[in-house]
Amino acid sequence: MADGQYVLEARGVIKIFGSQTALDSVDFGLRRGEVHALLGENGAGKSTLIKILTGAYQPDGGQVLVDGQPVTLDNPLHAQTHGIGTVYQEVNLLPNRSVAENLYLGHQPTRFGLVDHRKMERDARVLLTRYGLDLDPGSELGSHSVAVQQIVAIARAVQLSGKVLILDEPTASLDRNEVERLFEVIGDLKRAGLAIIFITHFLDQVFAIADRVTVLRNGKLVETQVLDALSRTDVVRLMLGKDIAFSGATDLEPENPTTDVLLQFSGYGRKNGVAPFDLTIHKGEVIGVAGLLGSGRTEMARIMFGADPADQGSLRVNDKPASVRNTTDAISLGFGFCPEDRKAEGILGDLSVRENIIIALQGKLGWFKALNRDEQLEIAGRFGESMDIRAASLDMPVKLLSGGNQQKVILSRWLATDPAFLILDEPTRGIDVGAHAEIVRTINRLRDDGMAMVVISSELDEVVAYSSRIVVMRDREMVAELRGKNINPGVIVQAIANNPDEATP
Amino acid sequence: MRRLRLERLANPQLLALVGVLAINWLLFPSFFNVTWQDGRFFGSFIDVLNRGAPVAILAIGMTGVIATKGVDLSVGAIMAVCGAVAATMVVAGYPAPIAVIAALAVGLACGLWNGFLVAVLDIQPIVATLVLMVAGRGIAQLITEGSIVTFNDPSLIFVGTGSFLGFPMAAVIAVVLMVLVTLLVRRTAIGLFIQAIGVNRAAASLAGIHSRMLLMLVYALSGLCAAIAGVVVAADIRGADANNAGLWLELDAILAVVIGGTSLLGGRFSIPMAVLGALIIQAMNTGILVSGFPPEFNLVVKAGMIILILLLQSPYAALPFKRRPAASNKSASS
Repeated sequence: MADGQYVLEARGVIKIFGSQTALDSVDFGLRRGEVHALLGENGAGKSTLIKILTGAYQPDGGQVLVDGQPVTLDNPLHAQTHGIGTVYQEVNLLPNRSVAENLYLGHQPTRFGLVDHRKMERDARVLLTRYGLDLDPGSELGSHSVAVQQIVAIARAVQLSGKVLILDEPTASLDRNEVERLFEVIGDLKRAGLAIIFITHFLDQVFAIADRVTVLRNGKLVETQVLDALSRTDVVRLMLGKDIAFSGATDLEPENPTTDVLLQFSGYGRKNGVAPFDLTIHKGEVIGVAGLLGSGRTEMARIMFGADPADQGSLRVNDKPASVRNTTDAISLGFGFCPEDRKAEGILGDLSVRENIIIALQGKLGWFKALNRDEQLEIAGRFGESMDIRAASLDMPVKLLSGGNQQKVILSRWLATDPAFLILDEPTRGIDVGAHAEIVRTINRLRDDGMAMVVISSELDEVVAYSSRIVVMRDREMVAELRGKNINPGVIVQAIANNPDEATP
Repeated sequence: MRRLRLERLANPQLLALVGVLAINWLLFPSFFNVTWQDGRFFGSFIDVLNRGAPVAILAIGMTGVIATKGVDLSVGAIMAVCGAVAATMVVAGYPAPIAVIAALAVGLACGLWNGFLVAVLDIQPIVATLVLMVAGRGIAQLITEGSIVTFNDPSLIFVGTGSFLGFPMAAVIAVVLMVLVTLLVRRTAIGLFIQAIGVNRAAASLAGIHSRMLLMLVYALSGLCAAIAGVVVAADIRGADANNAGLWLELDAILAVVIGGTSLLGGRFSIPMAVLGALIIQAMNTGILVSGFPPEFNLVVKAGMIILILLLQSPYAALPFKRRPAASNKSASS
């Protein structure tokens, strides 16, 4: 395996932050025409390595080679001139400008010193067709789906650099169809000879698209392998350095009809939100909610929790009429809600882990029954331990924790209020494998303790694993309620897709 | 824990105050000379406490507002309105306590108005409070009918110029108010909720916090503090000047809060530190005056000092002096 084979290579790269070694002599080689998955739990050093390869950081040791030649990459722009382009999880484009402008921003074709809009749009149309997109280049970028924006971002990066493409969790906010579409584009680029680094949390996607895989753990290189030689368990073991048992997917106990009914939603809905639905939830039951993005899953959760209150239908809690006009009503009835967008609606970033955990309980107690510091520490410490929250200190700002640990903090926040009913919106999205397993374990444990839950998730395997029943949302309407044998991914996909208009665009 | 408290005293605000006072002392060696006369203390340092009191009182209310990611531009105008109310009422023959209570009630009402605009109508704080900042002076002029209303009521004058245990009344009021408000926010959950709203209002609401009621509360408190400052200033000059009372003081109050380490982006706040910020500003003002600099230099020197203090607070400047958080909190890890 000669060095010349690598388009982009890191040799013995070291990066030190303060007293912490983020990368310890890591070797990484990328070949032409391959999709190379970069895996590791949060904090393994993936993003540090990427930042060194794109010139955002300078290595403290070792070197970066492009086409076998040592180079110094001063900044991402400089890396671009070496043919290295990056697309990040959050699309870094201008949503209020046209697709064509986004493609050519900074190097627009000019005529007599002015931007030649006609040529730009013409070129853009040709370029987009190559990516299988048939859309008006003059339309606003923000009016298209995230997947389309993501593809536009890729097109731009390839256009500008054209040798190496780094995709940093590009699929985190895409639904299943959109991921497939993105993968077609990646496959085409690969055949065209581009070298692609692919970072993701989803093992399915790694196995679907990657040729080779490099696993990092605690800043060290664990292994680089051809993917065909590895099984899923192998990869997980490499990442975690130990065997983890995923909770059984099939040995589900049958629905227990003798438990008491906790909630009865009838004709419950909200105009411009979700069409009226009926749902009965028993104690100790997990209702899985499946459906594509935008199908009304999140809207249903917000209506149940009173964040966007229902304007029709009725609710009975413990067989007594109840009304949820706002979140405070919901909380006093023993509801809790972990929102999908952790950063925007979940965590209080600058406040400490401790304060983030006790805030809902304190909100329930009111202004004048303040928990003192010792009580707060006791509660936060208890949940920190039982949920295995990895924080150097309970007094550190929660924004410094990894996504998975932040999710555990928000879950702890609600568990501290001793809820009867929890609504979890995508509780495992974008978090590392370890935290993922921990949250799934917690859901199972809470169910066995008799808590009622509604869990929204795009991960069908996961929903199937812990749900007692599954409701399927489509076009802001509850279209199916699956139970027993029907709780399997095949039936769910059918229920989701059971509409000719819903076919892939 | 106690030991940590002591370490916390070595913060940029205290260092800045000590620094400013030390410079004052170098330029004007008798700065700290305090004499006892007629049952009260006199001296430049006491003067700093006395003159700094109005801004300190404003800063107490302003801290809560800024912690919710807001700002209250109307406090200077509310001072003028409330000073005018108190003055015209004593002139009209009402007893001083009634006049003061009326002034405070007007301040509270002004604050609630701001709170209504911000919390219920969802208007940006800077615009919402601008309304009263402009209109307030007009209202004050209507109350005083365009003239400076002077009064001789001894009990009202006492609020501005009297003394308690030898200390100027204005400073005593500021300290008592600081202690009361600090206790109110720290002994209850209000302080935590204010921070939660400032950091992320959407998340705080989903966690079950009544953000509207809290916003009303902080703006009402700011209005009340402005009313107190307005009465103190009016009592000090024995008259209500609708045009000049509290003029530009909203900016000094905001500056005091920022020097006190509360970010304009909301979140963590400290009322005692904001009061300290007000003292730093006043110590600079007094220092420039007593040191005999030509008055034209005042604003420039003040600006330079403020830049220095803000630099001291910047996370980058403070880096070499701070201990690593990980090292001091090992025990808390789980």
